Amino acid sequence: MRRWTALGLMLIVVSGCSSLGVKPWQRGVLARPDMALAAESLDAAYDDHIYFSKEASSGGRGFAGGGCGCN
Amino acid sequence: MQLKREGEGQGSIRQALALAACSLLGGGASAQAADTPWEIDSAVLLYSEADGRVSAIEPVATARKEIREDEFVQLKVVVDALTGASPNGATPSDEVQTFTRPSGTGVYTADPGETPLDDTFRDTRGAVSLSWDRPLGRLQRRTLGVGISREFDYTSLSANGQLSRDINHRNTTLSAGASLAADFIHPVGDIPTPYAVMVPPDQPQPRDTDIDDKLTLDLLFGVTQVLGHDTIGQLNYSFSLASGYLNDPFKILSVVDGVSGKTRDYLYEKRPDSRQKHSLYGELKHFLGGDVVTAAYRFYSDDWGVISHTVDLRYRWNLNRENYLQPRLRWYSQTAADFYHHSLIAGEPLPEYASADPRLAEYDATTIGLKYGHRIDAGSEWSLRVELYRQDGVDHPDDAVGLQRNLDLFPETKAIIIQAGYRFRW
Repeated sequence: MRRWTALGLMLIVVSGCSSLGVKPWQRGVLARPDMALAAESLDAAYDDHIYFSKEASSGGRGFAGGGCGCN
Repeated sequence: MQLKREGEGQGSIRQALALAACSLLGGGASAQAADTPWEIDSAVLLYSEADGRVSAIEPVATARKEIREDEFVQLKVVVDALTGASPNGATPSDEVQTFTRPSGTGVYTADPGETPLDDTFRDTRGAVSLSWDRPLGRLQRRTLGVGISREFDYTSLSANGQLSRDINHRNTTLSAGASLAADFIHPVGDIPTPYAVMVPPDQPQPRDTDIDDKLTLDLLFGVTQVLGHDTIGQLNYSFSLASGYLNDPFKILSVVDGVSGKTRDYLYEKRPDSRQKHSLYGELKHFLGGDVVTAAYRFYSDDWGVISHTVDLRYRWNLNRENYLQPRLRWYSQTAADFYHHSLIAGEPLPEYASADPRLAEYDATTIGLKYGHRIDAGSEWSLRVELYRQDGVDHPDDAVGLQRNLDLFPETKAIIIQAGYRFRW
């Protein structure tokens, strides 16, 4: 049930997105390196590893993963 | 992109690496591939817990290169060296407690009132992963990756793939990915029999087998959306299914007297052999008067009964073109797993599953930190991040008995995280 709710939510978001957005010439700010969603990928990888080792939750931003015996 | 010619020796190493990368991917290396620079992102992390618990040093480097137009390969190498002591799951007591080491030879002890810590925690991990990201036509991309991670007592092999497609005049990106990992665990002293009683060293130890494994399948579906000329958002749903050996072979439970709370025995923990996780993750990035605000939230739920909420806020304060400061606040809260017990009561029937791993307990955690970054030129930057992490759980649960009522039953974790990074082109 929960996964269907999540899927439905994503469909609503996607359909709502079709009216959002900017023209190519309005992307100056979005093209800045510090505005990239993966701007600090090493920091994010370290965080995922630390919190995977110390907390019961994982995943979300990327694959829930594992790959180590730390949890 | 053209790079000015550098020293002959360095250039030929770069060219050889580029040729190797292209050959690996079954294509011919072009002159362009040999000329584009490698983008190197490197860092060293120091993680240190208070009270002599876990310490880790973890250097990481990624090398990324455009091998054809808009097509990239990335190699990542991680080394992770751990030492220190980790809570073994047993509760504190009013007398000295003695535990058999996981190897079955020798003992370690905990003083009265002290959280029992296994001080045999020492490991070095090496991991290598390779990914290949290429366009499929004008609006689609495909990423394929493989990885291997090896520790003294643990090996993990993984492969993953991801497809993404731009729609809505490139304002929306839809992505879907899958990852499959096979992990093999072969601890020193072999794998303890779940619910077996810990016996003194140098006697036949209750062990099942010397090696066990688990398989993990991850699925990830995401939407990235441009929300305005200064705002971008992301929403991901991820699903993970793990099956196989999910116990921690180093974790035990105390069996205590139901009246006095005195410890009678220690049992090896027993967890289910499968776990399903669901996460919903949202992130917003907004450009605010020259600075960048990032806000992220994750809802997590699994069939072990853990539900968690995570909020992560960052403010990148661009002091000028070269320097920035970035304060960060992360807040995390989780419920306990259904089978979490701080201890078991002697004489009562054993539950189907039980673990006293504090990571499966109910607690909140906060991280506060500050990062400073200095940009040298368009392709290079160094940075320093310092953060403090702290977990707060239930020290005096309602079901504590006897002497347990006067002891802290949640081993609070406090840690400092220091990360130095350097990014450059080569």
